[in-house]
Amino acid sequence: MALAEHKNGGRHRAPLERWIRAVFMPLGSIIVTMLGLMFVTFVIGRIMPIVPVLAIVGEQASKSTYDAAYEQLGLDRPIVVQFGLYVWDVIHGDFGKSLLTARPVAEDIKRVFPATLELATIGVFAGIVLGVPLGVVAAVKRGSWIDQIARVIALVGYSMPIFWLGLMGLLVFYGIQGWVGGPGRVGIFYVDIVPSVTGMILVDSILDRNWDVFKDALSHIVLPASLLGYYSLAYISRMTRSFMLEQLSAEYITTARVKGLSESAVIWRHAFKNIRVQLITVIALSYATLLEGSVLTEIIFSWPGIGSYITTALLSADMSAVMGGTVVVGLVFILLNIFSDLLYKVFDPRAK
Amino acid sequence: MAEAQNWRAWLLTDTPTSRRHAKLSALYQGWLSFKGNTMAMVGLWILILLGLIALAAPLLAPHDPFAQELGNRLQPLGSQGHILGTDSLGRDILSRLIYGSRITLYIVGLVALIAPITGLLVGTVAGYAGGWTAQILMRITDIFLAFPRLVLALAFVAALGAGIENAVLAISLTAWPPYARIARAETLTIRSSDYISAIQLQGAGALRIIAKHIWPLCISSLIVRVTLDMAGIFLTAAGLGFFGLGAQPPSPEWGAMISEGRRFILDHWWVATVPGMAIFTVSLAFNLLGDGLRDVLDPKDSEK
Repeated sequence: MALAEHKNGGRHRAPLERWIRAVFMPLGSIIVTMLGLMFVTFVIGRIMPIVPVLAIVGEQASKSTYDAAYEQLGLDRPIVVQFGLYVWDVIHGDFGKSLLTARPVAEDIKRVFPATLELATIGVFAGIVLGVPLGVVAAVKRGSWIDQIARVIALVGYSMPIFWLGLMGLLVFYGIQGWVGGPGRVGIFYVDIVPSVTGMILVDSILDRNWDVFKDALSHIVLPASLLGYYSLAYISRMTRSFMLEQLSAEYITTARVKGLSESAVIWRHAFKNIRVQLITVIALSYATLLEGSVLTEIIFSWPGIGSYITTALLSADMSAVMGGTVVVGLVFILLNIFSDLLYKVFDPRAK
Repeated sequence: MAEAQNWRAWLLTDTPTSRRHAKLSALYQGWLSFKGNTMAMVGLWILILLGLIALAAPLLAPHDPFAQELGNRLQPLGSQGHILGTDSLGRDILSRLIYGSRITLYIVGLVALIAPITGLLVGTVAGYAGGWTAQILMRITDIFLAFPRLVLALAFVAALGAGIENAVLAISLTAWPPYARIARAETLTIRSSDYISAIQLQGAGALRIIAKHIWPLCISSLIVRVTLDMAGIFLTAAGLGFFGLGAQPPSPEWGAMISEGRRFILDHWWVATVPGMAIFTVSLAFNLLGDGLRDVLDPKDSEK
């Protein structure tokens, strides 16, 4: 990474051709990874201690009902065939039916996913807006009090159990101060008032021009989103700082300074420009982690997102829902990872 | 005193007289630079203290951590005989914290053994063997790496059944892939070095080369990585406990204690707050120690 020299080969190729190469070369490995992901969830589903048939028909069911359900689930076929059928279904967007909600899992996920997306997006946005400048300043004024503060913020962020911090936030800002809305996405009087268009309640209430709902939703999202924002701030500011330090110690920075460029030009137009790609990679990763990290946050704030969905399903042995939810979260995770990899390969000529 | 001076001089010498001497001397110099890092020392002391508390739990705990006293439930901080108050069943929170440190160390310790060893095995075999073996092993590693960790651990524990051992297993399953990658990368650089060719020519088998000549060289970078990961492992374990999927009640696991206290958070805040402080302190200590160790053992990655 320290090598500033780039090989000529990658440099002169047209961007389009590089995109195509970057997209199709890893495609095979992506497919294998996806299959692996589905295989792992499949195995998890199969080693569940609860017999799926019993969960459907109940313990009182007669032998014939049991057998019928057994066959209907395809459990009488060889395991390889079962896995093949599972993959086939998943490719066609069919995750089976949830025992708990009695609806197709795909439909459930479509309903709960926007809630998670809304939360994680606001969180990562806060993390970028605060974290990037903080990281840059901490690197430029290395060893100053700002750098120390940035260090403490990151250290505390890495060490704090997120579910506990969420509880404390609820206790202080909702229980004691009453500044923010409590658990859930909106107060009970505002439930189902605005028509669901995007599934993201802030957007929906704007579209509906219903400002009361918007205000209420905002007061509910502020706390969990700040919580997630804090964690992405900790990560993003730390990474920004170390990327910037690497650039600032490079010789071209000295050259720029010797040329008499202003300090802000050196920092933003030279050093920062060179870390943009790395930074986007970090942000994509942090976004992926937030989608996952929202599992614990959603539980604390009774946020009806995919994290809550998977956990509720887990605790009630709702297999299809668990498998479906896990595959979707894993899929998003893999896609974001690949996306950041791609960016890196296409825009950073140093990475061959 | 004079003897101590001699030892110091012997350890700090520039001209070691034997292999062991050189090794000890390097260790001592590493320790000296580690000692200079105040924050890392704070972390180390907190963890030593935690270890001592766990060892001496029966002596230190003022009450039985499982003894319920329903007439005395939800006592606030600083009440008579219960410095940190009591929980919803009237159990002494301080005693439960003290006993809980054993569970904490047990989980973190086991995962910190299982995950790196698995990773070391997979990584070195893939790195040394190459070809199809490497393809298959590294593809499996990638698949596990692609999974969101907490979700995977949750799903595994749910499938295997809740409990400490299964939590350890689930966290290890999600934690080994990075170690495999590191071990493979190290093996790839070591494999092509001259001394490996030399012992190959002498007729050493693959097993011997991996075990006696590759493993020892991978271990130091793995140790750094493990220490840096400890806080994450610990927080995942606490998260599983919070979900009710780790240690089962009535065992005084800290995450589970927070989850119990959550129901009373608005009126009896200390029940959930106190174990949270304990989790924070310990994971902070792991992070401080990890940073310090990285500076000593792996100076090229350090930020200073």
